Amino acid sequence: MLQVENLTVYYKTIRGYVQALEQATFKIADGEIMGLAGESGCGKTTLGHSLIYLRPPMNYIGGRVVLDGQELPIWDMEKMREFRYRHVSLIPQYAMNALNPTRKIGRMIAELLESRGVNYNDVLPELKRRLDLVQLTHDVLKMYPIELSGGMKQRTVMVVSTLLNPSLLIADEITSALDVSTQKAVCEMLVEFRDRGFVKSTIIITHDISILYQIADSILVMYAGQLSEKAPSEIIFRDARHPYTRLLIGSLPKVGVRYREERLRGIPGSPPQLLNPPPGCRFRERCPVAFDRCVEVPPFLEISPGHFVACWRAY
Amino acid sequence: MVRYLGRKIFIYLLTFFVAVTIDWLIPRFMPGDPIGMLLSRIGSRPEAFKYLYTYYVQAFQLDVPLWQQYVNFWKGLFQGDLGVSIWMYPQPVMTIIRRAIPYDIFLLLPAILLSWFAGNHVGALAARIRWLDNTILPLGYLLTATPYMWLALVLVWFLGNQTNLFPIAGAYSPQYRPHLSLTFILDVLHHWFLPFLSLFLVMFGGWAIGMRNMIIYELESDYSRYLEALGTPQYLIRRYAFRNAMLPQITGLALQLGGIVAGAVATEVVFAYPGIGYIILNAVQNKDYFLVQGCFLFIILGVLIANFLIDLVYVLVDPRTRLGMTGE
Repeated sequence: MLQVENLTVYYKTIRGYVQALEQATFKIADGEIMGLAGESGCGKTTLGHSLIYLRPPMNYIGGRVVLDGQELPIWDMEKMREFRYRHVSLIPQYAMNALNPTRKIGRMIAELLESRGVNYNDVLPELKRRLDLVQLTHDVLKMYPIELSGGMKQRTVMVVSTLLNPSLLIADEITSALDVSTQKAVCEMLVEFRDRGFVKSTIIITHDISILYQIADSILVMYAGQLSEKAPSEIIFRDARHPYTRLLIGSLPKVGVRYREERLRGIPGSPPQLLNPPPGCRFRERCPVAFDRCVEVPPFLEISPGHFVACWRAY
Repeated sequence: MVRYLGRKIFIYLLTFFVAVTIDWLIPRFMPGDPIGMLLSRIGSRPEAFKYLYTYYVQAFQLDVPLWQQYVNFWKGLFQGDLGVSIWMYPQPVMTIIRRAIPYDIFLLLPAILLSWFAGNHVGALAARIRWLDNTILPLGYLLTATPYMWLALVLVWFLGNQTNLFPIAGAYSPQYRPHLSLTFILDVLHHWFLPFLSLFLVMFGGWAIGMRNMIIYELESDYSRYLEALGTPQYLIRRYAFRNAMLPQITGLALQLGGIVAGAVATEVVFAYPGIGYIILNAVQNKDYFLVQGCFLFIILGVLIANFLIDLVYVLVDPRTRLGMTGE
């Protein structure tokens, strides 16, 4: 169970703070796979990383993160070290390059585990079972990363990241560099990991909403550093209440429509600068239904069970 | 593996052939007349001069056609005969070089190895200690940008000329003959220190900066960030970064060691240190074809052997090279 309350993280730059994550409040239940979606620069990676690895230029401004009843000291890089990997783990965006090129994978895992006080040989049988699960031969342990294909490296990293059964797994853009069939396999693995109890809650950060439709239990949509909407995936796709979510879903290509004849729709305009963002709802400049009230920040309210929206028009 | 080595060896032999050919050509392109210079030093009467001139031209086989000289040169080379020096006539080139090389190794090997070792460690420390970085970085840039001979002159001026702490020329004091005794060894070390220090300091700057930059690059790389995200203690991340940052430094070391035979021409000239560098200068000034040729031959050999060794070492230390061999 992950509870995030009013989490605010800014980037410090020479021109001032970039307000990348503003007052984020949400929960993820045990066994929930939550998709975190939004366009580039909306703060989804900032949110994901701040839960495990909040380091400069990211600056902790305020808020609390509670995992399984225990508050995570995310503002303290050193204190957080103990929680990383055991409680919160990460499959990084750069999974293809995440392994030390000059160490054999097995040896690297051994050194990583020993450094965290875990005996490699104790974990080895489980490690092998999990390699089987993701259809990697045990030989990868004797190989160097260069000997693996991109997909194999990705799967290896997935196994390594989840080896200590973390309570929360953050998967950052893990499908971006893969072809479609591999994407599917990787997504199914995440579900499998959850079903087998390797991880409790999962956050999948992606800009590819269609992937979330297939595997996520719930989806959290962000816009320009603010949470827009969180709801079970079905509701996000069928009955979204935030105008941004609707436009986002509306701009997805649909099966059976020929886009040579009908133009693919987009959202006019572009997101605001986060260095000095306008007050109120940050989507209002592009919002077709904006009105006077939108100069105030709309609260992130639960309008029906499990469905949270931050929009004055939706309450 | 065998194919890889075979190919490498072939390429090195080809390089050797081309380099030695150029080595043979270059002195012969120099303007001037070596025999004339030799005889002018002797200062004989005009009629004797003519007679001696023909004699020496024949003795050095400079009267045969150029292609014949070239063939003779290769023949001699395979028998370990590099000819006779014109400048130090009648000493064989081989003897002169054999006498000089120990001085080069004695001077350069410690300078290169110690500066490499110290530079790597200080550079790695500077990469993570702010105050050290703020001092080492500018100092390193200053040192590595300093020309060897300039630093040598500064050292000579302050530690030799002004304070008389160290002798400023030669490999040992002129009153000694080389022999094994404590006083002689101390005297040699005393003469050795300043040229060593000037080389060490300049090289140290380069190594330290290179290592510092490489470590920072490695610590920012994806595998380091991943380990950090998994809560790995700093010591392991640093160990990985140090090891990976060493790879380019090993290449650099090999290239430096390749130049060991003549890596200190300027320094040896400043300190009148009797190594190959000092000999090259005199050989060139005296248009001594054979000596120039011989010195450069050893430089070529040094560079090629060092490069070949580094190819072998890379196979051992970098799995990417090792695995790449089968994919060729």
